[in-house]
Amino acid sequence: MGIYLPVAEISVNLLVLLAMGGAVGFLSGLFGVGGGFLITPLLIFYNIPPAVAVATGANQVVASSFSSALSHFKRATIDVPLGLVLLAGGMAGSAIGVFIYGWLKARGQLDLAISLLYVVFLGVVGSLMLVESVQALWRKRAGRPPELRRGGQHNWIHKLPWKMRFRRSKLYVSILPVLGLGAAIGLLAGVMGVGGGFIMVPALIYLLKVPTNVVIGTSLFQITFVAIFTTIIQATTNQTVDIILGLLLMIGGVIGAQYGVKVGQRLQGEELRAMLAVLIIVVALRLAFNLFVTPDGIFTVID
Amino acid sequence: MRCLRAIAPLSVVALGGALMLMQAAQAQEAPEPAVAQADPPAADAGEASPREEITIGLSSDVIEIATDFTGMDLTIFGSVNNPRADSIATGGYDVIVVLEGPPRPLIIREKKRVLGMWVNADSMSFDDVQRSYVLASTGALQDIATDELYRQLALGVDQRFFAPANPREASWRVEAFSAALKELKERDGLYHEGTGDVRFLSQSLFKASLAIPSNIPLGTHRARAFLFKNGMFLDEDSTGLYVTKDSFEQWLFRQSQQNGFLYGLVAVLIAMLTGWLGRLMFRRD
Repeated sequence: MGIYLPVAEISVNLLVLLAMGGAVGFLSGLFGVGGGFLITPLLIFYNIPPAVAVATGANQVVASSFSSALSHFKRATIDVPLGLVLLAGGMAGSAIGVFIYGWLKARGQLDLAISLLYVVFLGVVGSLMLVESVQALWRKRAGRPPELRRGGQHNWIHKLPWKMRFRRSKLYVSILPVLGLGAAIGLLAGVMGVGGGFIMVPALIYLLKVPTNVVIGTSLFQITFVAIFTTIIQATTNQTVDIILGLLLMIGGVIGAQYGVKVGQRLQGEELRAMLAVLIIVVALRLAFNLFVTPDGIFTVID
Repeated sequence: MRCLRAIAPLSVVALGGALMLMQAAQAQEAPEPAVAQADPPAADAGEASPREEITIGLSSDVIEIATDFTGMDLTIFGSVNNPRADSIATGGYDVIVVLEGPPRPLIIREKKRVLGMWVNADSMSFDDVQRSYVLASTGALQDIATDELYRQLALGVDQRFFAPANPREASWRVEAFSAALKELKERDGLYHEGTGDVRFLSQSLFKASLAIPSNIPLGTHRARAFLFKNGMFLDEDSTGLYVTKDSFEQWLFRQSQQNGFLYGLVAVLIAMLTGWLGRLMFRRD
C-alpha cells in the first residue's frame, strides 16, 4: 500500500509507517517514555529526509504527550505554575533550536548534525541506562535492598536568586534553573524533534527535588506545549512538517501504546530498562555506521 | 493515465493540421502559418520556392500528472512545410525536438571524508539551471549538424552551460561542479538525449517521443523543434507546455510552503485530536 508524503516528497508504504508508529508506541507504553528519540532514527533508516523526520517528530510528540497529559490533568498531578515557568524557558529554547536547525539546513550540515546529535545522545543515555539497570539487577540477585538515592535537601541550585514558591511541588526555588532546564528541553525539541522527557524527568527529581507524584504530569504538560510551539514554528520557518507522515505515526503510536502498557505491567522494571538500553545503543550504532559508509554519490543537488 | 488520454485527440488534431498544410504547400500559395519564426520570409517568396519551415502542435498545453506518476513518452507531432521533392528523396531532413524544463537556481554539494565520516564539505550555487532537458532526434546528433552549429543554437545536453551565482568562482571549480551536475541530471533521466526518437511518418509529417521521467519538474516547459537539412539549420518552432500535479498531496505541499503558520496550526490540531481520540477509545486512566 503506497502513499505519497507531500513534504518529504517520497512514496512510502503505508503499512510500514503504521507499523513503525505502532512499534514505537508499544515501546513508549512499555517503558513509559515518549519514544520521539526512536522515531526519528527509524524514519532516517526508512530514507525519510532527516530534516522532515525531526520536524514531523515534534508534531507526533504533540499527539502522544497530549494524550497522557490529559490523564494527569484529570488526576491533578500537574504543577501548573512550575510547568508554565518550564514552558517559558522551553519556548525560548525551541525558538533557538529551530533557528539553529534552519541555519544548519542552509549550510547543508543539518542531516549530519542530526545524526551526530542522535548518536551522542542515544549512546550516552543508552549506556547510562544499561549500567544502572545491570547494577540494579545484580543488587537484586545478591538480595540487597534497592539503593535509595536521596541527595542532601539543599544543593547549589537552592542558593540562586529569584526564588519562587510552587505550592503543589512544595518547593521554594530560584526560577533560573527551571527556565534553564525548560530551555534545554526546548532546544532538543527544535533541533532533534524529541519531547525530552528522558532528560526532564531525572532533572526534575534529582536537581530540583520535585516530588515524584507531580514529576511526570508536569513534564508532560511542558512537553505538550513545547511540541505544539515547535511544530508551528518549524512549519512557519522551515516548512518541513509532513502532516500525512505525522498522522500515520500518531495513529500507529496511539494503538501501539495501549498494548505496551499492558505488557509492561507484567514485566519487571530492571529487565525492561536493560532491554530498552540495549535497543537504544543498537540504534545509535546503526546511525553512526551510516555516517562512515561511502554514499551512492558524493554530489547532491538541492533544487 | 490522464496524459495518455490527452495524446489520442492530439494526434488527430495535429494530423489534420498537417494535411491542410501539405495541401496548402501543393497549391503553391501557402499563407504564412501563424508560427514564431527566427527569420523574416524571403522577399522573393512569390514565384521562387517558399521557405522550408517546421511546425509543431500540442492538443493541450497542460499536462496533469498524478502523484504515482512513473514517467511517460510525450508524443509531439509536427510537420515540415514546403518540403523540396529532392530533399525528401535523399532523406535530407533532420528534426530535433527538445522539451526544456523551467530554469531555477540550485545548489550542488560535494561530500568529502572528514575523520572518516562523509560530510558536505563544498558546494556551489548556480543561477537559472534548466531543471530538465529532454531531447529527441531523427539520428545521432553528430550526424545531423556540427558542434559549432549546436553551440550557436545552444542545442543538446553537451551545450548546457551553467552560470554560477558568484561570477568570481574559479573556472576549474565551475567546470567540475557543472560536470557533476550534468551527470546527476542524466542519471535521474532529467537530461536525456533520445537518439532516433523522432520518426517521419510521411514525407513531411513527423512524430517525436520524449522520454518524460517520473520526477519531471512542475511548471512551464518549452517544447522546441529544430529543422536541419544536410547539416544546415533551417527553421525553429516552439510552444509552451505547463506541467502540473493537481492532487490533494500537491495541494497540501503548496499549503505547507505558502501558508506555513496555518499549516502548522492544523498539524497541531490533528495531533491533539488524534491523542484525545486515542484516549477516548482506549480509556487508559
